[in-house]
Amino acid sequence: MTPVPEPHTTLPPGTLPPGQRDEEAHRHRRGRNIAMLVVLVALAVLFFAITMVKMSKPDIGG
Amino acid sequence: MTEAISQSLPQPGGHPASLHLASLHDAATADLPVSSVSDWIALLKPRVVMLVAFTGWIGMLIAPGTLHPVLAATAILCITVAAGAAGAINMWYDRDIDLVMRRTRNRPIPAGRILPGEALGFGVFLAVASVLVMALATNLLAAAVLAASIGFYVFIYTMWLKRRTAQNIVIGGAAGAFPPVIGWVAVTGGLDTLPLLLFAIVFFWTPPHFWALSLWAHDDYARAGVPMLPVVAGARETRRQIIIYTIVLVAVSLAPWALGLAGPIYGAAALALGIGFLACSWRVLRDTQDASGVSQTNDAPARHAFKFSIAYLFMLFAAIAADRLVS
Repeated sequence: MTPVPEPHTTLPPGTLPPGQRDEEAHRHRRGRNIAMLVVLVALAVLFFAITMVKMSKPDIGG
Repeated sequence: MTEAISQSLPQPGGHPASLHLASLHDAATADLPVSSVSDWIALLKPRVVMLVAFTGWIGMLIAPGTLHPVLAATAILCITVAAGAAGAINMWYDRDIDLVMRRTRNRPIPAGRILPGEALGFGVFLAVASVLVMALATNLLAAAVLAASIGFYVFIYTMWLKRRTAQNIVIGGAAGAFPPVIGWVAVTGGLDTLPLLLFAIVFFWTPPHFWALSLWAHDDYARAGVPMLPVVAGARETRRQIIIYTIVLVAVSLAPWALGLAGPIYGAAALALGIGFLACSWRVLRDTQDASGVSQTNDAPARHAFKFSIAYLFMLFAAIAADRLVS
């Protein structure tokens, strides 16, 4: 039986093996997603606050 | 990427199809940028943005009139995000020269962690969003000045002046001088002499600040083909220009006090800080140098002047706020 060669042995020196790289990419993507969630929630709160302040102005409410 | 794929392709010879596909996938993702949140924050030039946000905040603080704290915080956020957006677009445009400069080669785009198109999209989105939110939260004039500041930095400084003239920093410095004006306009809805003087202070502060940096980083600028003053006119002339601009800066910084727009606290601070900055610039001028003006002290006075200039601007703006709050 012909031995199956390792598919990743030809990667340039210093490059992470694909498994580790996927793991790192996954970790970074998760971090970015969490940051995006925080930004979106913060924006929703900000727009709500701006609206409340603008609505409470006498020249708009009256 | 093609090379990476071809390098990691299994040799012909009857491998299972699943192994073949898996290695293709691995190879295809191997060269894709893996950016983290910190890379996206770095794209916004956080250190520069901090100074911009601070001067914008002071502009709001000293303006006559009041602004609801929520709207004031929103305005500062908009100034901060707009400055960051302009920085991101600048990094997108300058990615070729960033790659050859030692100081900037590890930025997210030249280092390959963020794709140029992604950076551009990010910057443009934040720029547009910051202007729209500024218009919603404060007034149209503040939003217009904010848009002008982004446009000035991106089109006038980054795309037009930076690679063409040794005066890039002088004229381009106006971009960084907008924030106190924006802060003032956000509160008052109009312009006045004091915010224009604050604009002038940052405008005249910028050349000695950046030329001090370019004195020791001029090899980088020369390699990148950026015509900074030391590259074009030499270190000796740059030192001369630094002291000239510092003298003008100190005179302009005293104007708010001389015109009665700021009190004695600001006047004393402007004088003391001005003397300090002049002393730094004088040491830069008198630095030990060879016949061609190359520093024999590894540009130690210029490095010190650069650091002092940052503290100078922070303290000067803090002084005008303190003066206004006390009086």
